[in-house]
Amino acid sequence: MNLKTFLAMLHRDAHVARRNFVTLLLQTLFQPMLLVFVFGKVMTSSGLIRPEYKGMLLPGIIAIAMLLSGVWSVAMPLVSEFQFTKEIEDRLLAPIEIEWVAVEKVVAGMLQAIAAGLIVIPTAWLVMGSGVGLSFTRPLEFLALALLVSCLAAAVGLVLGTSVGQTQIGLMFSLVIAPMIFFGCAYYPWSALRVFPVLQKVVLINPIVYASEGFRSALVPRFPHLPKAAIYLGLILFDALFVSFGMRQFRRKAVG
Amino acid sequence: MAIGIRAEGLRKVYTSPPPAAAAGRGAGFFFLARGKAPKHKYEVVALDDVSLEVAPGEIFGLLGPNGAGKSTTVGVLTTRIRPTAGRAWIGEHDVWKERVPVKRLIGVVPQRPNLDLALTAREILIFHGAYFGVPAAKRERRAQELLERFQLTDRADRLVLGFSGGMLQRLSIARALMHDPRVLFLDEPSAGLDPQTRLLLWDLIRSDNQHGTTILLTTHNMEEADELCSRVSIVDHGRVIALGTPAELKRSIPGGFVVRLHLAASPPPLLASFERLPGVTGVRTSGDGAVDLYADRGGALLPEIARLSTEAAVEIRDVKISEPSLENLFLHHTGRSLRD
Repeated sequence: MNLKTFLAMLHRDAHVARRNFVTLLLQTLFQPMLLVFVFGKVMTSSGLIRPEYKGMLLPGIIAIAMLLSGVWSVAMPLVSEFQFTKEIEDRLLAPIEIEWVAVEKVVAGMLQAIAAGLIVIPTAWLVMGSGVGLSFTRPLEFLALALLVSCLAAAVGLVLGTSVGQTQIGLMFSLVIAPMIFFGCAYYPWSALRVFPVLQKVVLINPIVYASEGFRSALVPRFPHLPKAAIYLGLILFDALFVSFGMRQFRRKAVG
Repeated sequence: MAIGIRAEGLRKVYTSPPPAAAAGRGAGFFFLARGKAPKHKYEVVALDDVSLEVAPGEIFGLLGPNGAGKSTTVGVLTTRIRPTAGRAWIGEHDVWKERVPVKRLIGVVPQRPNLDLALTAREILIFHGAYFGVPAAKRERRAQELLERFQLTDRADRLVLGFSGGMLQRLSIARALMHDPRVLFLDEPSAGLDPQTRLLLWDLIRSDNQHGTTILLTTHNMEEADELCSRVSIVDHGRVIALGTPAELKRSIPGGFVVRLHLAASPPPLLASFERLPGVTGVRTSGDGAVDLYADRGGALLPEIARLSTEAAVEIRDVKISEPSLENLFLHHTGRSLRD
């Protein structure tokens, strides 16, 4: 591993992200904020939903914002860089093992996902107003979760970016990512699914469940959530799965 | 000290379509498509036993038509394609086993520009330098020098998306030079360049070579190979079919001149009578019905060819005389013209 090369590639990604800052910001914030406004503000203020829901919703929103921005920031550039422009080649020819190029993409995606999470928390808080009731008494847990969730997001992005063609990436988002979000226990706690026992078991194969429930356990522990052991085990396993599969796909795609 | 290139018995067989094509295929998802699609027997031999040795400091040419295996050879030598069999070395380093040290030594100009579209021209050069650990001040200076040298200063700070083909090509070459490679690979460097830029490129290649850079270039342009290369390998269907200096290769064609005739018919007695003409060293029928006469003269043969054809009542529809050239050499070895 060649640290100079690795940092230079990271610098390149940061540079490009800075150039596209406004687009990225809108991409990251727009959808979560709509959700926050409708569910956290309109529905709660009008009395359709009890105000306690705000605190229940916010961890899920953080999970989704991090996931979307991480997946997006890794998958989209990879898809086009591997397509016939072959832009990725200048990095594949840099004096570093090609696996590190993939690792760099994951690290860049993680940073972007963490930034998205950090932006979403205060913005959502502002939109929803009082009564969110987050507790920041477990900063280390929050940090660990943020790392695991951002790694998950970037690794899913790596898998998608190296496995799906340009023509199918949009379809992939609407057919795979969107249902994952809706069944990811972001808008409701996992325990709420007990009235659908089969569904409650099935959603456990969805990594977003562990992300949402994880943030719930760290930020609003007063609400019901999955046991911590299950959350960390789930996130670590899915991280390992997507990272290793993504690396394999990257290697296959990178070398003719 | 200059560094050489060596390859032994390179073979590359693709048993599945290239990954990019595979990913774009159909509308299915990657995990649904697997196993469902009927198994096609897909086998393309891109390289079939290619060996070559490029001396340190040499300008070496790989000459051949599209699909001959030139780019695959460059891909293998530059760590980008894993050979099915065979080995290659850049200097002392085994290309497949010591990829990182190899990548440090080489600069690659691909056939199709693969520039980073998210960056400006200057940033492309500077980041490339950074990937190779060139110190910050030096890479800024070097980028400016190269932008000037390749006449790109007026567009230096713009994204490259709107650049013309020639500008992209120039920038690709500039990028490859950013880290002072010891071995430079140029895959069809002058394809798509206007004649003026081509001359500029040739000057640059020569001057770089004089500073000790070993250069391997691929081309299907005879003039380019003739002009630049100290030695040339002619490649076709993944094999090296001839190797030597341009002069040696040209001398090796029997007769040197090729008179290509398109006849209404080619009865064997007529061909035999052509062969008996003074100065004709060989007569061959090529795939598309043309008859090639290898001879030590060109135009001077025509009256006799015309007489013999008239006597045989065969109409001559077309005549083409080629002087000794690498193109004729290619024709001689493959029975096909380079542009076919």
